[in-house]
Amino acid sequence: MNSFTYTRADSVEHAVDERVAETGARFIAGGTNLLDLMKETVEKPSRLIDITRLPMTSITETIEGGLRLGALVTNADTAYNKRVQERYPLLSQAILAGASPQLRNMATNGGNLMQRTRCYYFYDAATPCNKRQPGSGCSAIEGFNRIHAILGTHLFDQEGRALEPQCIATHPSDMCVALAALEAVVQVTGKYGERTIPFAEFHRLPGNTPHIDNALEPDELITAIDLPPNGFADNHMYLKLRDRASYAFALVSVAAGLELDGDTITNARIALGGVAHKPWRKPEAEALLVGKPTTQESFQAAADALLAGAQGYGANTFKIELAKRAIVRALGQAAKLEPTE
Amino acid sequence: MSQVIGKPINRVDGRDKVTGKAKYAAEFQVPGLAYGYVVSGTIAKGKITRIDTSEALSLDGVLQVFTHENRPRLAWFDISYKDQDAPPGSPFRPLQDATIKYSGQPIALVVAETFEVARYAASLIRVEYKEEPHETSLEANLHRARPQKHGVADLLKPPPPKPKGDFNTVYEESPVKMYGRYSHAAEHHNPMELFASTVVYEKGGKKPKLTIYDKTQGVTNSILYVSQVFDIPFKNIRVLSPYMGGGFGSGLRPQYQLFMAVMASLELKRSVRVTLTRQQMFTFGHRPATVQNVAISASADGAMNALYHDARGETSRFEDYTEIVTNWGGMLYPPENVTQDYKLVPLDVYTPLDMRAPGGVTGISALEIAVDELAYELGMDPLELRLKNYTDLDHNSQKPFSSKELRACFQQGAERFGWSKRQFEPRSMRKGHNLIGWGMATGIWEANQMPARAEAALLVNGKLWVSSATADIGTGTYTIMTQIAADALGVPMEDVLFKLGDSDFPVAPISGGSWTAATVGMAVHSACEAVGKSLLELAKKLAGSPFKGAKWEDIEFADRQLRLKREPTTAVSLQTLVDLNGGKAVRETSTGLPNALKQKDYARATHSAAFVEVMVDEDLGTVKVTRAVSAIAAGRILNPKTARSQILGGMVWGISKALHEESILDHNVGRFMNHNLAEYHVSVNADIHDLDVIFVEENDTIVNPLGIKGVGEIGIVAMPAAVANAIFHATGKRVRDLPITLDRLI
Amino acid sequence: MYYIISRRTIPSLFVPFAKIIEQPQAHLVLEVHLLWTVMTLSAEAPPKATHTPSLPPTHTVTLTVNGTETQLQLAPWTSLLDALREYMDLTGTKKGCDHGQCGACTVLVDGKRINACLTLAIMQEGKQITTIEGIAQTCTDAPDGLHPIQKAFIDYDAFQCGYCTPGQICSAVGLLNEGKAKTTADIRELMSGNICRCGAYTNIVQAIEEVINQQTV
Repeated sequence: MNSFTYTRADSVEHAVDERVAETGARFIAGGTNLLDLMKETVEKPSRLIDITRLPMTSITETIEGGLRLGALVTNADTAYNKRVQERYPLLSQAILAGASPQLRNMATNGGNLMQRTRCYYFYDAATPCNKRQPGSGCSAIEGFNRIHAILGTHLFDQEGRALEPQCIATHPSDMCVALAALEAVVQVTGKYGERTIPFAEFHRLPGNTPHIDNALEPDELITAIDLPPNGFADNHMYLKLRDRASYAFALVSVAAGLELDGDTITNARIALGGVAHKPWRKPEAEALLVGKPTTQESFQAAADALLAGAQGYGANTFKIELAKRAIVRALGQAAKLEPTE
Repeated sequence: MSQVIGKPINRVDGRDKVTGKAKYAAEFQVPGLAYGYVVSGTIAKGKITRIDTSEALSLDGVLQVFTHENRPRLAWFDISYKDQDAPPGSPFRPLQDATIKYSGQPIALVVAETFEVARYAASLIRVEYKEEPHETSLEANLHRARPQKHGVADLLKPPPPKPKGDFNTVYEESPVKMYGRYSHAAEHHNPMELFASTVVYEKGGKKPKLTIYDKTQGVTNSILYVSQVFDIPFKNIRVLSPYMGGGFGSGLRPQYQLFMAVMASLELKRSVRVTLTRQQMFTFGHRPATVQNVAISASADGAMNALYHDARGETSRFEDYTEIVTNWGGMLYPPENVTQDYKLVPLDVYTPLDMRAPGGVTGISALEIAVDELAYELGMDPLELRLKNYTDLDHNSQKPFSSKELRACFQQGAERFGWSKRQFEPRSMRKGHNLIGWGMATGIWEANQMPARAEAALLVNGKLWVSSATADIGTGTYTIMTQIAADALGVPMEDVLFKLGDSDFPVAPISGGSWTAATVGMAVHSACEAVGKSLLELAKKLAGSPFKGAKWEDIEFADRQLRLKREPTTAVSLQTLVDLNGGKAVRETSTGLPNALKQKDYARATHSAAFVEVMVDEDLGTVKVTRAVSAIAAGRILNPKTARSQILGGMVWGISKALHEESILDHNVGRFMNHNLAEYHVSVNADIHDLDVIFVEENDTIVNPLGIKGVGEIGIVAMPAAVANAIFHATGKRVRDLPITLDRLI
Repeated sequence: MYYIISRRTIPSLFVPFAKIIEQPQAHLVLEVHLLWTVMTLSAEAPPKATHTPSLPPTHTVTLTVNGTETQLQLAPWTSLLDALREYMDLTGTKKGCDHGQCGACTVLVDGKRINACLTLAIMQEGKQITTIEGIAQTCTDAPDGLHPIQKAFIDYDAFQCGYCTPGQICSAVGLLNEGKAKTTADIRELMSGNICRCGAYTNIVQAIEEVINQQTV
């Protein structure tokens, strides 16, 4: 861990000012990922701005009829919040599928969005990694990539010719997969004031700049996450597949939400975790379900469409088929055709 | 007379452990302590061409940075670096020279006033390397397999016996046969406690005095190593390890933090602590990956007639680590035509290291899946096949077992599990998407006893002090030795203070191989008996003593008294006797020795039968071990509570090995990449469901007079194969590579 | 000789050359090194220092641990875990991974269980921190000076080596405080943030169930 200074912010403005004043400064709240990475010397902030005392610690109603999750509300408090459990059970389920009770008690909603990949090579400064050190190479593509991405890794030049990918890391969050499915909106404040970022645009694909994880400007601070009114509370499922029963990152996860009229699907959302640099959605695949009956065939068609263009890199190729099966299962469970265990 | 042996008594160290008072190697505070932080190398093979420590040294609070360029001169010959568990070869010497032998090799030690400064300074060290080609893949280097080099290690780990009969012909001509190729990944022990050594420095005469708190499975091993490498007499060193946060074999050799901490302490003339990081816990010994071939044939009635088992295990370039992988078939089954073969493939990795049931769980995982395969070739119930081929003889040595209640394990385990309700056909049980399967396997492990010494002293206050330089790595040594001592002299357990983990105590071997209970138990028993005999002599000196003509056989100890067996009312209290000793404790040191004469005509082993139920999601490949029963025949169980915990732990390890554990070596970089507890998966609480343990009765007076066989290893041995066989029964898929992760099932 | 040349590694091939010519003995060894510069790849060339390293400033940090306020002079880089173990001699809280991956460092902060390794001591000012050394005090009924969870751990032999045990116990107390565990399966899931390498899980679950049953009687 490098040497750094510490500032306790007493207002959002103060926090942003401190960040603007020092390029190497970082915000810290739960610290569960940042300190982890600092101990690995992957992150080396010159200053930590402690934002834990800022007034972003509540869950409130939005005028649209949704909920606003304060950025500093812990993952545990969010998951166990009564309104979240009743109106957004998919989100609650996803949060509780992640990490451990201890970590969920520490990690904040804003911090969850800022989690960095669990790629072995990113974490180990002994190996080349374009995300950690741009231009150094990607060790995962020809290395051990069982936990890596199968979607969104392609890179094309201006003439549309395929280039070698720069990074096949995945985003590790469970919560974000549910937020993607729910089409949450991220509220941020920076030196030029406030703005909103639709969830689909918050995280990004690696492209030529895999060291950049998301659309946040360096001076911007996440203040809240807004959930739209529709929480798919009646028909939802968060299905997580991993290498042990708990306390492990997803190999593949599915956040599924359906609206039904009898057994006809009227609206569908599917987001995937563990398969790409961001929670993966494909509105065309969701549209395929609308107007269709809740059958295996409908679900399979959506799964195939979602995974269209997926590419394996050897050890992770199994994820393509696994993801399809997981989607079919999760949709079946969301439609209550199947028990949820 | 047995009062407490065999009773499910709570751990005597339980209170210290649940209150946080139990102190481990990194937890002894000393004034002026300096902190060491190890810098790990990043390449697998080559040379350090430049190591720049200037920036680190310029930092306030940094005391020194040790590298191969400035380390002190140390012992010259390999022999000085050989510890009690050193395999044949040339032991790794930290900071020896610029040569890099494996990825993660320690290349520098930063010592600073605080842990944080040392850690920061370590990140400021710049290293340049000249890389050389490395080879870390066992699969890619199988053609280089060669027989092991021989050394003292052969005594405990004999190479496979010579082939007998004619495997090839009989196998070819047999009506029923199977063949399988099996593999498993390397694994790391990952005890919860990080390896650490706290070295307390004091000025001595010519040489300083060192008190060392070390994470080790044998303080004797550590003192030997430190004394030889740093040329300090034993009397100037004391090594302590009162508590050890898990060993599983990782503490059988002195690890490099001990070297680093002692070196820094001697050079800086200060007390120094070096603690490894979890990442660095992947930079010394591991369970070696192996590739194995097993072929078995049988006559149509299921009688095995030929068995072939070979294994190729990885080792380092500098030492030949071996384990017994392929000898077990000859110990468990009776075919007349047997070929067992074991070879090593040296790679650019650190020397592998014994890990819980080393070789045993490795070889038996393959063998017992193979036996299940044979059962399916025969169309015969897997348990019936094992009973058909049951033998009371070790066919490798042609000696009978000193005791073998495996048949009772089969019977009681099967009954508890409900095996008789099993349908033979795979995929015969289902619940929704989940396929349910039942599998079983046999386990075997050696019952060894080593020589050890212990001291017992009946103190002037009537309390019994007993000590031996052994370890309690979580196994319950403190508790069972207290029980043995209490019964030997007829005192309640609260009168006994058993101490261990101190090199000032009478010598004991490293604690491993499931031999501690028998080894130290016999030493403790023997020392207490010696005290008893002295007490009898004192009793004879009583005025008008009724014990004058009494022989040792005529007396017994009970209720804090020495008394006549035939007339228990003729008794004298131990307090009275010790009072006769001129104000001194009655103190005896004694050696517990295995009775080689008695043992030589017998094979000695523990046995187990494991029965496992799994639920496998047919589409998603997830596996849940819903219940498991282990029936264990392990001689006399000193404490069913702590012994049961040992077996439960072994079962958890077996499930973890079968389903999760895998140290991922990236051969491009020659490095274990999942070197942390988030990505190296061990079972967590949610992975473990109903586990049941049965101890079958087994009386054995040949292994040792107390009938102890040891339970540290036997719990894991049968489990991985039982899990794999249950998965086959559930799914019809035969997976021969461990761990069985979901991608191997979809 | 061993070398990998792929598109991804080409940029790093040029770095070692630049470094070598900065060395004083460069002329003597230049040829050898040149050869290696072309033929070998150092995984990540060490970047040149751009500044003189310095220590972070320290702060007076007031921690309230087991009901007692203590003032420490700490740099911000000291984790709560290291503050407890190295600066306050409260070594009951264990370091098993230092990365939130094992749970050995679990303590309670304002009654909630957290991983002490992943928070800075300075960030915990003003909070009530409870460690294994003070866990019995949090309970009105602690016969023999033990919290019921501690006692149940002894009775059910819910540990072997004892190293994960303080974290398991603090975690179990946190679980009781949360009140979310209704079934055995819940306990297993909600205790999964505490790895026990000795494999005492079934006994840990039984010990916790015992205490839950006592509380509901």
